[in-house]
Amino acid sequence: MSSMIETEHLSKGYGKKLAVDDLNLMVNTSEAFGFLGPNGAGKTTTIRILATLTKPSSGRAWINGFDVMEEPSKVKEEFGIVQQHMSLNRELTVRENLELHGRLHHIEKMERRRRIEDILDYVGIADFAGHLIEEISGGMTRRAMIARALLHEPKLLFLDEPTVGLDAQARRKIWDLIRGMKSDGATIFLTTHYIEEAEALCDRVGIIHQGRLIALDSPLELRRSLGLFTVESRRNDNNTEYRYFPDRDDAAEAVKALPPGGNVVMRESNLEDVFVELTGRKVTG
Amino acid sequence: MNLADAYSILWADLVVLRRRILRYLVTTLVSPLLYLVAFGWGLGGGIIVDGTSYFAFVVPGIIALTAMNSSFTGAGTRLNVDRLYFKSFDECLMAPISPSSLLLGKALVGAVRGLASSVAFVILAVLISPAFALSPLFLASLIITCLLFSFLGVLAALISKSHEDMGTFSSLILLPMTFLGGTFFSLSQVPEALRFALYAFPLTHSSLCIRAAVLEQPFPWTSFLVMVGFFGVFSAGCYLVLKRASI
Repeated sequence: MSSMIETEHLSKGYGKKLAVDDLNLMVNTSEAFGFLGPNGAGKTTTIRILATLTKPSSGRAWINGFDVMEEPSKVKEEFGIVQQHMSLNRELTVRENLELHGRLHHIEKMERRRRIEDILDYVGIADFAGHLIEEISGGMTRRAMIARALLHEPKLLFLDEPTVGLDAQARRKIWDLIRGMKSDGATIFLTTHYIEEAEALCDRVGIIHQGRLIALDSPLELRRSLGLFTVESRRNDNNTEYRYFPDRDDAAEAVKALPPGGNVVMRESNLEDVFVELTGRKVTG
Repeated sequence: MNLADAYSILWADLVVLRRRILRYLVTTLVSPLLYLVAFGWGLGGGIIVDGTSYFAFVVPGIIALTAMNSSFTGAGTRLNVDRLYFKSFDECLMAPISPSSLLLGKALVGAVRGLASSVAFVILAVLISPAFALSPLFLASLIITCLLFSFLGVLAALISKSHEDMGTFSSLILLPMTFLGGTFFSLSQVPEALRFALYAFPLTHSSLCIRAAVLEQPFPWTSFLVMVGFFGVFSAGCYLVLKRASI
């Protein structure tokens, strides 16, 4: 299987603090890869390096075989990006933003117009194409950003916290779009601090903490490494104890062994459990 | 450098400018018209400078001043906001276009705005006093003025870390030029040492060139070359700063 993203000892420091610390990573072509970690873990810095926006302090990175530092113009042809913050031109309409993006990616005029209409339909904002960005909702704006990222038909999509700040309905719509992009063959590199987002969308998940990659596997295997079932029991000191078991039967036995009348919950484990066990803190913390 | 890419950057601003052209021109003409009334008619009424009426002397200076302010603000302030607040400049950086095309496009945004403001003021000035000569040398001087101050605006926006930095740059660089750059008084009236210092301002040379062209005086080619030199220095500075900041 060929790799779409590869990094080798990639680091980025700001003063004495390392935002990205010796990152070695390989993301396969057509894979949906999730980068999971709390705010400030180094997710966005990694994307900014891969997207040619930030120079790394050391190490190397390749996108579809092109060296990010040595061949940035070729790298820029390979990816589309939805940044965490709103990065559309607010003084332009949705369609004009797409028109600008198409021009900057050298898409021929007739083809550009056809793609813009197609992509507006695809993301479901055709009715808002003539509206200024400042006139549309957060969910619509995010969809417009996705439309822009897809317009030049990139092989790789960087999605930096694509659903942050959106309500549940808008989030589900964005998830459907991401699933659609994946089934169309795009490689997805998604950063998130939403556990359910990583579990729902990603083939593999890398957990990043204080700039370091501390775990990397499929969501299921990461959970299996800890135990697929969790027993939460409230202790007398008001703290909750978490215990992990490989299957439901073992977890049920453990519940039976607890003193009756306590506050006990048995459930499937999740990536939040994995993260907490690895780092001692919550992803959303 | 790809001129089509530079035009694509400019295109986005032309769309915005077309939508707001009337408001833009009204806003941008307030300051030069106030200067014209206060200095041209009020303070300078009846004064003769270098053999011409003060009104005829000061109008070309105000044209240069308008070109400077509109170009600098049009390129610099807009880029500063795009880069630091709206973050839409990142999208330009990630587009597969060369840094030189990107910078030229951003500078043209200011230059077009500067030219629009200056031409609007020139039209008003000609209506008031039809004696001005609008020659090719005038146009060349106006264009190079707009371009060099646009690139200065882009440079300031690229090195600024906040909106406040842009304000500081304007206060320390543009404001002294406004009043000391040969706009409101003749350099022949100041001591030689100060005159020499004032030649360090690009606006001084813009005023000299535009004034000579408009009043049909001998054209100061040395000043024109100095403006071209400033244009080269500012554009090269932009390129170096951009290359240092991004991959």
